[in-house]
Amino acid sequence: MEMNIPLLSLLIWTPVLGGIWVLYAGDRQENTVKYLSLSVSIITFLMSVGLYLQFDSTTHEMQFVEKAIWIESFNINYHLGVDGIALPLILLTTFTTILVILAAWEVIEHRISQYMAAFLVLTGLMNGVFMALDAMLFYFFWEAMLIPMFLIIGIWGGPNRVYATVKFFLYTFLGSVFMLVALLYLYSQSGSFNIIDLQMLPISLDVQKLIFIAFFLAFAVKIPMWPVHTWLPDAHVEAPTGGSVILAAIMLKMGGYGFIRFSLPIAPDASAALDEFMIVLSLIAIVYIGFVALAQQDMKKLIAYSSISHMGFVTLGFFIGFKIVANTDSADGAVMGIEGAMMQMISHGFISGALFLCVGVLYDRMHSRQINDYGGVVNTMPVFAAFMMLFAMANSGLPGTSGFVGEFLVILSSFQASFWIAFLAALTLILGAAYTLWMYKRVMFGDIANENVAELKDINSRETLILSLLAIVVLVFGVWPAPIFEIMHATIEHLFNHIIHPKLG
Amino acid sequence: MTAELIYVIPEIALLTLASIILVVDTFGSPDDRSFTVTLSQSSLLVVIGLLIYLMPDSTNYALGMSFVSDQMGAYLKIFICIFTLVVFFYSFEYLKEHELVKGEYFVLGLFAVLGMMVMVSAYSLLTIYLGLELLSLSLYAMVAMNRDSQQSAEAAMKYFVLGALASGMLLYGISMLYGISGAIDLGSLSAYIAQQENTGLLLAFGLVFVVVGIAFKLGAVPFHMWVPDVYQGSPTSVTLFISSAPKIAAFAMAIRLLVDGMAGLVNDWQGMLMILSVLSMAAGNIIAISQTNIKRMLAYSTIAHIGFLLLGIASGSYSGYAGSMFYVICYALMSMGAFGMIILLGRKGYEADTLDDFKGLATRSPWFAFMMLILMFSMAGVPPLVGFWAKWFVIKEVVAMGHIWLAAVAVLFSVIGAYYYLRLVKLMYFDKPDQMTALKASKGMRFVLSINGLALLILGFIPGALMTLCLSAFSV
Repeated sequence: MEMNIPLLSLLIWTPVLGGIWVLYAGDRQENTVKYLSLSVSIITFLMSVGLYLQFDSTTHEMQFVEKAIWIESFNINYHLGVDGIALPLILLTTFTTILVILAAWEVIEHRISQYMAAFLVLTGLMNGVFMALDAMLFYFFWEAMLIPMFLIIGIWGGPNRVYATVKFFLYTFLGSVFMLVALLYLYSQSGSFNIIDLQMLPISLDVQKLIFIAFFLAFAVKIPMWPVHTWLPDAHVEAPTGGSVILAAIMLKMGGYGFIRFSLPIAPDASAALDEFMIVLSLIAIVYIGFVALAQQDMKKLIAYSSISHMGFVTLGFFIGFKIVANTDSADGAVMGIEGAMMQMISHGFISGALFLCVGVLYDRMHSRQINDYGGVVNTMPVFAAFMMLFAMANSGLPGTSGFVGEFLVILSSFQASFWIAFLAALTLILGAAYTLWMYKRVMFGDIANENVAELKDINSRETLILSLLAIVVLVFGVWPAPIFEIMHATIEHLFNHIIHPKLG
Repeated sequence: MTAELIYVIPEIALLTLASIILVVDTFGSPDDRSFTVTLSQSSLLVVIGLLIYLMPDSTNYALGMSFVSDQMGAYLKIFICIFTLVVFFYSFEYLKEHELVKGEYFVLGLFAVLGMMVMVSAYSLLTIYLGLELLSLSLYAMVAMNRDSQQSAEAAMKYFVLGALASGMLLYGISMLYGISGAIDLGSLSAYIAQQENTGLLLAFGLVFVVVGIAFKLGAVPFHMWVPDVYQGSPTSVTLFISSAPKIAAFAMAIRLLVDGMAGLVNDWQGMLMILSVLSMAAGNIIAISQTNIKRMLAYSTIAHIGFLLLGIASGSYSGYAGSMFYVICYALMSMGAFGMIILLGRKGYEADTLDDFKGLATRSPWFAFMMLILMFSMAGVPPLVGFWAKWFVIKEVVAMGHIWLAAVAVLFSVIGAYYYLRLVKLMYFDKPDQMTALKASKGMRFVLSINGLALLILGFIPGALMTLCLSAFSV
């Protein structure tokens, strides 16, 4: 094994530099720009596959560690590494980028080089977020990411894009700055920004609670949890298809990643003390937002609300563990809950991405996202309808698709905590099926609603390729999720052992 | 006595050169002042060279304890000279375009630099005042330089009256301090304060007046009223100057007076600075939102930045002062770039000073729109730009001193501040341009402005060296 190649750095900087190159190539050479972007994204993906192949899933230790002094005066390091939590998310990021680039192929007509560059740079920064082991490096990537996303929604978005993008930026910025204060406080106590050191730092319960709340503000906005979710429907509706895909598939996961990397291990006792608060918010997201989704007329908005509802499962899975340990004295159920939540994140990345791409396909043809403008699409676009059927089913958690696995595990572990929590969580299976399939029915089935629908052309080979890739992934992980669990298991077990031991100081 | 003069060589050199240029300029042709500009810029280069060559490795006093030569001073002077060099560059472009070129502009600029250098190195109450007045008087004249403009005249008048008031306050405070301690140099003043068991009434009054004087000069709320009018009314090149190097000098003045002179009263002035700082961040950021003139908007943004600067000093630790020093250097760099952009967009007889002038800049000139984007996000404090590290450094020190709530307030106001910076990005990137006139600026101007913008990006990735430098300036 050649361990000398700085694979992690390459995963961050190849897309960033590639993005700059694309920007330099400019709009005049449209084809060069497209193929260049595609090559960069594929190379990045292949490198992440290389990462997966060399990954040792038997240990919870950080792997591929790179460490160099960044700011010596304050002990800040360029410190990268991946473990079983980060690796699946990195794979998700690099995979999704390819799809986003392909999806933009004929659709984006103005400033294409800037569009492609923004997404490539974004990919590098997102990889950085998942790899950073230094809290300041993490924050650096975490915030830097806002700039390209701000531009993506603002330049290529819909009619109300300025409102949406400013709201997106300010909401996330507001949440994050409190995390910064918390990190600086931790530094003032420990003299280190190393995330592992911070996880080991003993802190008194009152302080832990404040730190937990500061982290909560950052991550709950990002993931997003009820009641700080209101930026998401706006951002999703106005963003171009690619932006929606990245937002749903990856950016939301950063909130979840933050909870599992920062909130839980750094403030475990506060997490245990505040677990009911988190569970209640998660259940509200699952049930209430499920109903909200049911009432939507706009397809993108519906999927956005469905994302919030699904993310409720993720937070539920993360925080249900404390109750399980109290009830059963065994950590198995709790580990299952966290693994289920992680699986839910990965699978939701594929499914929501796929659904947004499907809406994008329709929007490119009809320039409308209103459910009422459609009807009988299956008559004119049968192949597309089949794909969308699969993704709709996956979104409602049908067994055999990846959407089922995560939800099932979280519900199963919730039973060990409390029947009623599991009952409420399981409502999502009904609600999810209701809003997704009802939307599908209104858009796809019935008579052809109007002339525009009658003139629709079925998906072309490029679109078929994108959707097939996603369909394969959704089905494979639906019947055979073992590879993902294998990567995560050692890390999550270790994580949970860390969390349940108090570290009050 | 003469051996001491070695510490004052850069100042003496600058004075001599400025006087020579003043004479040479009168012989030059009235239509072409490029020779004067080149000479002025070369003299600044000479001074920078001298400052680096004579870099002190210990603290030395000269001229009867009225002048101090230390590392902090040398670093700050170097930055003042470098920034003024760039300011002269932008200014010349602007003055040529608007037919305002006068040799006096650059000579006054050099005298202002001399004033700043004296302020930075002053070690007695009177030297500080001397430096401050030299700087202020030069600036008043520069603001009024465009004498046909009513706005400039009004701005100069306001600046002069309020500036004089501030000087009066400062002098009044100084007289009290002198009266009670009998010491005119900061070392003796500090020693006198150290002997006192509690802060007497007169000492407290002296301190209050000195702080008010400093706050006036920095433009902190509630002594900020002159800032927006002066920024808006002055020719852009002068606004550019006022908002960059003099802030560094004002920072140095605050450090000399409060830390070198009155470190014993830290508990008294800390609270005052915190109030000034929170008020400045609040008023600056909130009022900036409703501005339509970009110079005025940047004026309020300056007030907010000054709030951050004061926060670092208020933390009362040496690394906190270093944080403020880092902040003021970064701020000057950003401010220069932003006003440079206004100059770039302007043309003959037209000031591009409304927000709408930036509409659709991304289509007109993608590169400079990107530069402005960097400047705006840097001011808002978003990584990977250096403005983030500036805020980070200050907040870190505030947290380290245990003022968590103050840090929370500071970050909250910087989020509010982000809004108006974003609005400018929105205008450039999301809106269609009203006009498609190509940018007229010269190659040199474009080059310097690009370097200025990229510096923020590069420093954002490698802020370590500058941070170390600031820390070493305060390592005792």
